[in-house]
Amino acid sequence: MAKLIVDGIEIDVAPELTLLQACEAAGAEIPRFCYHERLSVAGNCRMCLVEVKGGPPKPTASCGMNVRDLRPGPNGEPPVVLTNSPMVKKAREGVMEFLLINHPLDCPICDQGGECDLQDQAMAYGVSGSRFIENKRAVEDKYLGPLIKTSMNRCIHCTRCVRFTTEVAGIAEMGLISRGEDAEITSYLEKALSSELQGNVIDLCPVGALTSKPYAFHARPWELSKTESIDVMDAVGSAIRVDVRGREVMRVLPRLNESVNEEWISDKTRFIWDGLRTQRLDRPYVKADGRFRATSWGDAFATIATRVTSTAPERMGAIVGDLASVEEMFALRELMAALGVASVDGRQDGTALHPKFGRASYVFNATIAGIEEADAILMIGADPRREASVMNARIRKRWRASGGKLPVFTIGAPVDLTYPHVHLGSDPAALQHLDAGALDVLNAAQKPLIVVGQGALVRHDGLALLSLAAKLATEVGAVTEGWNGFSVLHTAASRVGALDLGLVPGEGGRDVAGMIDASAKGELDVLFLLGADEFGAQHLGPNTFVVYIGSHGDTGAHRADVILPGATYAEKSGTYVNTEGRVQLGNRAAFPPGEAREDWAVLRALSEALGRKLPFDSLAQLRAKLYSAHPEFAAIDTIPAADPQAINTLATLGGIVRPEPFVPLIADFYLTNPIARASKVMAECSALARSGHSIAAE
Amino acid sequence: MTDDTAVDDVEIEEAPEDEIIVLAQKWKKKRGSLIMALHELQGRLGYVPRESAMKLGREMGVPLANIYEVLTFYNYFKLESPGKYIISVCTGTACHIKGSPKLLHGIEDELGIKEGESTPDGEYHLQGVRCLGCCGLAPLASVNGKVYGKQDVTNAHGLLEQVKQDQPMHVAAEATDAE
Repeated sequence: MAKLIVDGIEIDVAPELTLLQACEAAGAEIPRFCYHERLSVAGNCRMCLVEVKGGPPKPTASCGMNVRDLRPGPNGEPPVVLTNSPMVKKAREGVMEFLLINHPLDCPICDQGGECDLQDQAMAYGVSGSRFIENKRAVEDKYLGPLIKTSMNRCIHCTRCVRFTTEVAGIAEMGLISRGEDAEITSYLEKALSSELQGNVIDLCPVGALTSKPYAFHARPWELSKTESIDVMDAVGSAIRVDVRGREVMRVLPRLNESVNEEWISDKTRFIWDGLRTQRLDRPYVKADGRFRATSWGDAFATIATRVTSTAPERMGAIVGDLASVEEMFALRELMAALGVASVDGRQDGTALHPKFGRASYVFNATIAGIEEADAILMIGADPRREASVMNARIRKRWRASGGKLPVFTIGAPVDLTYPHVHLGSDPAALQHLDAGALDVLNAAQKPLIVVGQGALVRHDGLALLSLAAKLATEVGAVTEGWNGFSVLHTAASRVGALDLGLVPGEGGRDVAGMIDASAKGELDVLFLLGADEFGAQHLGPNTFVVYIGSHGDTGAHRADVILPGATYAEKSGTYVNTEGRVQLGNRAAFPPGEAREDWAVLRALSEALGRKLPFDSLAQLRAKLYSAHPEFAAIDTIPAADPQAINTLATLGGIVRPEPFVPLIADFYLTNPIARASKVMAECSALARSGHSIAAE
Repeated sequence: MTDDTAVDDVEIEEAPEDEIIVLAQKWKKKRGSLIMALHELQGRLGYVPRESAMKLGREMGVPLANIYEVLTFYNYFKLESPGKYIISVCTGTACHIKGSPKLLHGIEDELGIKEGESTPDGEYHLQGVRCLGCCGLAPLASVNGKVYGKQDVTNAHGLLEQVKQDQPMHVAAEATDAE
């Protein structure tokens, strides 16, 4: 530890801290533009100047100087740093004047207005006028794709965007060209950026040079009401803030959560919001003569009741989609139990995971933050870049921290992960007969991480592959005291919650594939879909009466006979369990449109119409029931313990592995769920990704 | 300077692919060697064409972004073909005293272009540069690396005639054989 005095306050900090961090630890506020905690130090904006006593008689950029580099006084006194001396004030005013020389004063028409670092800091450190009477320079705006709007006159060359894309996102597609007055940020190619994390440069940009294109000129920050919530686009469960004006979601921003998403979110998370407005189911519908007819809740319930009461429980089933919250899945489970229906499945993708093997068999045991401790990684049938973009950034962070030495092996369809990795093979044989070199590396690793993706688990031999991976994990010492490297990567926000609730077929019940099969054979008469759109509704037989509860008119709703309009994740308070098994609570930011209601309330009302009234009348009562049945859901923001013994059991299962190669699980990153498929922005990104990125990769 | 192992055809748009591969292999393993590779590339072609920069990036595993950051940072690197004859008139102190501004203006008038420009036919590119390191020969100009010393500042025409006669060609940069 090193002692220093900041503005008269003596503090003791780690010597590797920068002066800026030390000053903050002492409670001093240091203005900055280029410095960012999660990016490398650039030291080019000069806004963080401080005065250091005993050093050279000039202001020092506090972001680039380490505490250990300070010299003590002649008699060993701690070094003195001043953050608000007259010299510092004068220096910062000078820097600000320089920054504003070429910055247009167009704040009234700038989208960053109201949340602009430059605007705020100019208020604090700026002077009232400028001595610069010459013309300001003009810079051409650049094209960066459908998500990021540029206004390069405003750029102050902090290079945060360049450092983010290069370091975190792993695409070296932006750079600073020329120098001095001619310096410009550019992507060189006038092509859309190819990262799934590019939207984060909007938050990083301290001025209005890079702003959100879909959000452009729609709202001002001070007219938005902000709700903290949880993202459901993938199974990472990123912390988000949903900004709403009136009834409409205007944008989604990341929140800080060191254990999950740090401060990044994927583009799907950020730009999905226009999908919340289109294709919405806003009132109940009943299909008559092949056409949907808008109707009342009472009529819709009566239609369902007629059908359900005349059907035996064995001939009914329920499938849960990817975006459902724990509350509505609990309500569905209770309702199905009351009806005596055993064919209930919360795994619409057909994954082999099953709660009977224990919690450790289906969660990301190593945890997302734990990735930073892993010293060797093997991924089986997983593509974290598309299945969990933010988590991929964490793996990349680990790779960078290792100095590019972290060994990463993949088995599965070849993918570009933004960091080097050794592709051991595309078929399961590569796992059955693991490369000797890779095995040695995993064996030698202290904390090997084995990631099993849904690309492996949704196969017919998914369980055998899971067992094989578990066997490997135990053999290479991935499951030890204090480290559990056996990790399942989920892709759906609802899946771990569904498995925790035990939403799998009961005694004599059918799973998803079984229900589709039975429907085709005419053995399934009633099927409830809770937001399920991706299980293959087109394969259902014509005689199955389908009840769809959900928010968007997607494949499930198209096949339905009765549609009950539900709420999206932004319109309900719900519990979600991410791939680590972390229980998180999302909050309601807006209200569902028209007559749509929160899904749990729809199920509760339906239960009454079916004569099986569920024992709760409010969300609080539902949660009380839920928590008494499953206390782990009450522990918000924690990961309930999972017994690693489950992995040993899993390893002994065995099974026959088939030789077919793995296929990519996510064909289109931008169109994985009904909200995304309703979004224009996502459609544009998807079209670009299909046509343009191959060129942009040049 | 190396001997006149000149590239015969200055107007080729890019170096042959295998040459770039050889170049990349040579510098790939040395850290911070991008400048040297680009230097050599420009030595061969007189400038760095975009296609060649892309190929070099691919072969060396350096993102195009980094290559352009370097290319545009240093004035020395040229992104467009500067012309067959690059005339660099020294404007350093000694040459200045000896009247090099007059020589520069003379050439400007003679070619009908300004300093930093190329003639429309692509034959000449004129630039003012700082000290070329042979002040004893002031005032001087260099054309494609060939030095023309002790010039008569009032006779720009004579210098150009001499250039036409000599036809000096680009030569590979010294860096080729360095290290």
